[in-house]
Amino acid sequence: MVGNSIRELEAKARQLRRHIIQMIGKAGSGHPGGSLSAVEIVTALYFRVMRLDPKNPHWPDRDRFILSKGHAAPLLYAALAEKGFFPKEWLLTLRQLGSPLQGHPHCRYLPGVEVSTGSLGQGLAVGNGMALAARLDKRDYRIYVLLGDGELQEGMVWEAAMAASHYGLDNLTAIVDRNFLQIDGSTEQVMSLEPVEDKFRAFGWEARTIDGHDFPQILEALDWARRVKGKPAAIVAHTIKGKGVSFMENNPDWHGKAPKPEEVERALAELQDQEG
Amino acid sequence: MQKIATREAYGRALVQLGHQDPRVVVLDADLSRSTMTVYFAREFPHRFFNMGVAEQSLMGTAAGLALCGKIPFASTFAVFASGRAYDQIRNGIAYPALNVKIAATHGGLSVGEDGASHQALEDITLMRVIPNMTVIVPADAEETRQAVFAAARHEGPVYLRLGRLPVPVIYEEEYVFQIGRAHILREGEDAAIIACGLMVHEALRAAEELDSLGFKVLVVNMSTIKPLDREAVLRAARTGAVVTAEEHSVIGGLGSAVAEVLAQELPTPMAMVGVKDTFGESGKPQELLEKYGLTHRHILQAVLTLKRAPLGR
Repeated sequence: MVGNSIRELEAKARQLRRHIIQMIGKAGSGHPGGSLSAVEIVTALYFRVMRLDPKNPHWPDRDRFILSKGHAAPLLYAALAEKGFFPKEWLLTLRQLGSPLQGHPHCRYLPGVEVSTGSLGQGLAVGNGMALAARLDKRDYRIYVLLGDGELQEGMVWEAAMAASHYGLDNLTAIVDRNFLQIDGSTEQVMSLEPVEDKFRAFGWEARTIDGHDFPQILEALDWARRVKGKPAAIVAHTIKGKGVSFMENNPDWHGKAPKPEEVERALAELQDQEG
Repeated sequence: MQKIATREAYGRALVQLGHQDPRVVVLDADLSRSTMTVYFAREFPHRFFNMGVAEQSLMGTAAGLALCGKIPFASTFAVFASGRAYDQIRNGIAYPALNVKIAATHGGLSVGEDGASHQALEDITLMRVIPNMTVIVPADAEETRQAVFAAARHEGPVYLRLGRLPVPVIYEEEYVFQIGRAHILREGEDAAIIACGLMVHEALRAAEELDSLGFKVLVVNMSTIKPLDREAVLRAARTGAVVTAEEHSVIGGLGSAVAEVLAQELPTPMAMVGVKDTFGESGKPQELLEKYGLTHRHILQAVLTLKRAPLGR
């Protein structure tokens, strides 16, 4: 929709990463690893693909984004603030008493948050409900559900995957942030998930795997998902947990740990160096 | 005496409601011929969604429909609605206060032969402790019909507990049900019975028999468990003896809700008729209600015991 070039998207992604680091650092708790891994996916959706009007967050024809992996709330908040849903100053209130920026997103507290999430595995079914509502109302909005990979271990995800294909919900796209790590370590060691793409296919979806940090691949896949008819589409986005901050990358310790002030500085300096 | 199951009344009411309000949609989890959402499914096939044997998906999908302005009624058996999908209801529906109506049938022992796995005896407790949730247990067909419409008008999540067994008709169309408003079915000053669901009829029978023994007993139909009609509870307490009666565990249900009010505002001798911290079993509904102490005779006995030895029994 908005014709942001790849370079602009990359700059926006760096900006979201800076927000994430600053927010979690200030809060003293939160989930940096899984927020950083999905930055490019969320950037592509909010700054290129989705039909949104920040001044009218309840616009009935808007596209819907569901952060099923609710612990990546800092990423969602950063995108919403950058998009103009609320003042950027609010970001630094993350997780503080009285803040609308709850540790996990709440749709009644913050404009732009579509669904309250945090308990894993629930987002896809909620997306199904929205997709069915769109069909009943003959509206052409689309629903994007971002799932974590560890989250795929929840049985409810597969109940919903079954229902989405049963009802032929081609207005729904699931994106799996496949960073291969969960709290206790590697997903394949904790509870193996592969083959993820084939699992979705076996449930009646169209599915493909991409590099989840590569904007051209992300945009192409989202475009492909829009063209799939009669079925829901799943994009398995291979990512790096903690992406963009070298000492966080591929380290499960950074799933749910806040950087200390000096670590915030190091991370921000690294992100600065990445400016072309 | 005419008997109609509240699930039957629910199914019929949904069709009426569906004609009035196009926002109403219905979801089920492969039990539509038991929850009686089948009537709605036949009338409005495009507004009915069978989610298969998948209660978590049922509740999540209902949440999504509500977020887009629909008024979803999600139905399955009470034991599965409140147990299998508890987190989906707590985190996915009640926390964001979504407009989902959970209409759970087959509450209580009167499920009968299917046995304990299918007899929800703790669902009122589980739903009542969730913030934002409204809990309604209608006593008969007409009250159910009105409760369905009231739930649809109410903005926010509602848990409607319905039964499998045909139960006596208590109310005519002139009756007016309101969420949060108890109904006094019978006046009396010697003691009070506060009941819900099929125990309301048992309470009325007990009150009649007590009348012949010289006790005038107030009978309250507490069809809304939450928000509880505090005034009605206090009025009952002013008789000096309160017996609660529910087809549910005595832990956490109607009796507990009443006790919470009275313990803090007007301590009153109480007795609770209900299931005593145990699972049910297979049997005919009447046999089960008898065995587990849920008949008019058990209520009567509880009233007499309270009256003869109100304290230090």
